[in-house]
Amino acid sequence: MIPDLIVESLAPLLKSSVLTIHLTCLTLAIGACLALPLALGRLSRNRWIAGFCFVYVYYFRGTPLLVQIFLIYYGLPQIGLTFSAYVSALLSLSLNTAAYTAEIIRGGIQAVPAGEIESASAMGMKRRQVLYRIILPQMVGFALPAYGNEIILQIKATSLASTITLMDLTGMARTLAADTYAPLEIFSVAGVIYLVMVFSTSKCVTWMEKRWTVYRS
Amino acid sequence: MFDLKGYGNQIATGAWVTVEIFLASLALGLIFGLITALAKLSRRAGIRKAADLYSDLIRGLPELLTILLVYFGLPILIARLLSLFGIDFYLEVTPFAGGVAALGIYFGAYAGEIFRGAILSVPKGQIEAAHAFALPSFQVYRRVILPQAWRIALPGLGNMTLALMKNTALVSIIGLDELMRKTSMATAVTHQPFTFYFTASLIYLALTILTSIAMHFLEHRASRGVKEAQA
Repeated sequence: MIPDLIVESLAPLLKSSVLTIHLTCLTLAIGACLALPLALGRLSRNRWIAGFCFVYVYYFRGTPLLVQIFLIYYGLPQIGLTFSAYVSALLSLSLNTAAYTAEIIRGGIQAVPAGEIESASAMGMKRRQVLYRIILPQMVGFALPAYGNEIILQIKATSLASTITLMDLTGMARTLAADTYAPLEIFSVAGVIYLVMVFSTSKCVTWMEKRWTVYRS
Repeated sequence: MFDLKGYGNQIATGAWVTVEIFLASLALGLIFGLITALAKLSRRAGIRKAADLYSDLIRGLPELLTILLVYFGLPILIARLLSLFGIDFYLEVTPFAGGVAALGIYFGAYAGEIFRGAILSVPKGQIEAAHAFALPSFQVYRRVILPQAWRIALPGLGNMTLALMKNTALVSIIGLDELMRKTSMATAVTHQPFTFYFTASLIYLALTILTSIAMHFLEHRASRGVKEAQA
């Protein structure tokens, strides 16, 4: 009876993990787009821009993701902004990862040796050229190990989408566990699927790190 | 905007439960972490493998799923194992105990890796010297290895401690009346979800700031008499 249950639950769980992967990829992409301006803003000489980016990063890193999701899904309608569960999950997960990614990028930028930036401007490069040709390409190399961790944390973070009724892997597992009264089996199968996703991602990240930093070896 | 409609007390009670669950799971997690680290450094391959399996498995799971697995699944697993020996027993787990166990197990998996690296960073010569002075193994750990490993482990532990503080919010999912759930209850009556969730988020922010101040204090204290590398 128990093996049957595992086999039967496998198909719906695998199907729902598509949403988990979808949420992970999409929110990481949106988050990265927001993170670069945030990181540059933190390093800005303008006090207002730097201050805003500082508060943003500290608020999103200092509060639980669950509160952020509830604030957007249940809270925003109070001030007249209503989003569907899917959009709310997308928004909160993106805004959250943007704050963490911004700090990773900032660390990567600050790891670029100051001498290289000085010599680039001494050669007559404009600030924009220094940014695109010297700072950003090296930043990627410095930031990749930390960003790899962030990708894995984001796979795990998407499980919170289940708290606002989305049927991602955790959401489906919770529904099946309630229907079958077999939480041990169902949650274990879901756990194994997460493990496969996390381990294959971390293998990919290690490979990418090697590719991007060939020049160092 | 911060008119809490008389729910201030409820939310304060919830915040206190959040602090309790945080401290309890931190203590449990540190113990699990230390045991895991010692097991990872054990001479017996079987013990090493078991510790690696624990930390690798748990670190690949979402926090929420770990909580669900421990709260709903673990009592069943224990009951099944006991029934193999003919014992009929079902462990009733309260949301508080389940939450503390799950968060402790989660924290321990990461802390084990952090402690392992920190213990390995203690120079081998010091350990040999301590043995040469005929200190018993336990004393070598207590007086030579752990005080120095603690200093190396603190920054990593600090990050995990902040994550733990935020993860306590997830225990509301299994029905513990902590800050998050008290807030949800208040919104159901007052119909002011934004006001209440925003207030809750500020309380969490204050708690994480306090935690990070405490961690800085501990780091400062642990590195008395150490000349740090200048960057």
